[in-house]
Amino acid sequence: MNKTVNQKAWLFVIPVFVLVAFNAIIPLMTVVNYAFQETFGNNVFMWEGTRWFKQILLSDRFHAALGRQILFTLIILFIQIPLGIFIALTMPKEGIGVSVCLVLMSMPLLIPWNVVGAMWNIFALPDIGFLGHSLNALGFDYNFTQQSGDAWFTTVLMDVWHWTSLVVLLSYAGLRSIQPAYYQAAEIDGASRWSVFRHIELPKMKKVLTIAILLRFMDSFMIYTEPFVLTGGGPGNATAFLSIDLVKMALGQFDLGPAAAMSLIYFFIVLTVCWVFYNLMMKNEGQS
Amino acid sequence: MSLELRNVEKKIGQETHIYETNLKLEKNTINVLLGSTLAGKTTLMQIMAGLDKPTNGEIWFNEKNVTGVKVQKRNVSMVYQQFINYPNFNVYDNIASPLKITGVDSNEIKNRVGKVAELLKLSPMLNKRPNELSGGQQQRTALARALVKDSDLILLDEPLANLDFKLREELREELPKLFEDRDCIVVYATTEPSDALLIGGYTATLLEGKIVQHGKTLEVYNKPNSLQSAQVFSDPPMNIAKIKKEGNVCSLISDDVSWKINSKLKDGEYKVGIRPHNITTYKEGSNSLEISGKVLISELSGSESLIHFTNGDLNWVSLSNGIHQKNVGEQTKLFMNSDEFLYFDETNKLVNNV
Repeated sequence: MNKTVNQKAWLFVIPVFVLVAFNAIIPLMTVVNYAFQETFGNNVFMWEGTRWFKQILLSDRFHAALGRQILFTLIILFIQIPLGIFIALTMPKEGIGVSVCLVLMSMPLLIPWNVVGAMWNIFALPDIGFLGHSLNALGFDYNFTQQSGDAWFTTVLMDVWHWTSLVVLLSYAGLRSIQPAYYQAAEIDGASRWSVFRHIELPKMKKVLTIAILLRFMDSFMIYTEPFVLTGGGPGNATAFLSIDLVKMALGQFDLGPAAAMSLIYFFIVLTVCWVFYNLMMKNEGQS
Repeated sequence: MSLELRNVEKKIGQETHIYETNLKLEKNTINVLLGSTLAGKTTLMQIMAGLDKPTNGEIWFNEKNVTGVKVQKRNVSMVYQQFINYPNFNVYDNIASPLKITGVDSNEIKNRVGKVAELLKLSPMLNKRPNELSGGQQQRTALARALVKDSDLILLDEPLANLDFKLREELREELPKLFEDRDCIVVYATTEPSDALLIGGYTATLLEGKIVQHGKTLEVYNKPNSLQSAQVFSDPPMNIAKIKKEGNVCSLISDDVSWKINSKLKDGEYKVGIRPHNITTYKEGSNSLEISGKVLISELSGSESLIHFTNGDLNWVSLSNGIHQKNVGEQTKLFMNSDEFLYFDETNKLVNNV
């Protein structure tokens, strides 16, 4: 067989190359560029090697921010995943209730992130906000702008409000795809509600739950806008998660080198965790 | 042991899914529910199992009224068209699951699972999970789960419909043997007349929520009580033509074909039902009739030839053994075996024996 040489196909690939170059590769390479050099502006650069990486990896400030970030992500995963599954299980399966619930559930997801932050900021203000005022009226000493515990509580609550719906919608889709015959078979066996959940619903939801956990991990690990608007990272550094700390370093202090190194480390953490997690979850998955 | 439906009726909203039905299934029998999709087979089975309650009527099991008794308390098992197994259990645990729930001791479980697995040829794959098995093996696992319980009533809802042709043939041959020495009533729902013939036992033909006929499978096949029952129990579909009887001569209204019959039937118009395999390219029986027609479609399937042709204003189907290639549009001669004709009167009742 004679193959005809035809290079025209490249024409179709080039636009994608250009697009990816401009929105991913070039910005990333700029960051890499900064991470290994020192600059004082005027386009003057000095080679620093791995100095910034060492500095970041050894700094208490980074450790503290990373610790807060991991704690925050764990907390919201442990709340949102079970809560999301629970709500999905209790949602109606037919009738107009379905659409009502789906619309209600989608609502928080449609609100822009900074608006969510602003809403909760006002909602939680101790003097005039509904939540803050009510809590104080009930005798709790609540002030999220001054007490770090309260700031955490509010941030977590806000994130749960904003994002649990995503888990609900994914779980609900997973549940609806289970054929009714499974439930009948379990009923005939006399299986308890718990075993139906444990041995039918949960395994059948495995794939969508993996996606839900991955999405929630990535989003919460990179959270910026909402806590920035709500607490600005405060009080002190109490809610300064990785990205907030990063922006402070890069734009507040204009430490471009260390900030670039931190971005890369941050990026690799997210990438590695997602990769490891996905592979663990999908390890025993044969062809369905 | 017997299962009896007494005046059972099922309505959902304004729609009637099962019309008033009386049916008695005897101990140690396999009963085929034969009917097309939406004929009410699944609904009827769910009512039998206690998964669904009838709108009216009663279900009696062993001379006891069990209407409204929950399925868990009824020692029933069911196999579905889809392969239903616990996805995260291996084959062994899947088969053992109904026993574990009822608290049978572990040695006994091992024993019984081993036996059933042997019977269904699952022994080499007891440690595999359902998603590592072929469709046939998944359905065998589901069957094993149904058998291991020693249920009084085993319901099989089109268990072979989702299997590939070869696996279906294989499992279909094994099925009747599986239930041979069991003390139970088996109900098998299917859309395929050939399933019913292979499985034997008893057959109930279902049409649009009504049981048309119930009896020994071969009797239902050979002596359908009505045109509907005969149609349900015929694949490819039965040929139906109008005839006129004058004296002891019958003739097709649409064509110039006539034959003699010995019958005390009154003169008049009747319908004749002819199964496709009674119209062939060769003569069969001593009273063979010639019919000519124009070939519409000619199909070969395995060692059989299916020829669709027109005669008069009717489309006919014939099924012959062997390979008989015909060209589309060709005028052809075929032979009908008039010994096998089924005669129906204007109310669609069978009148062969009058």
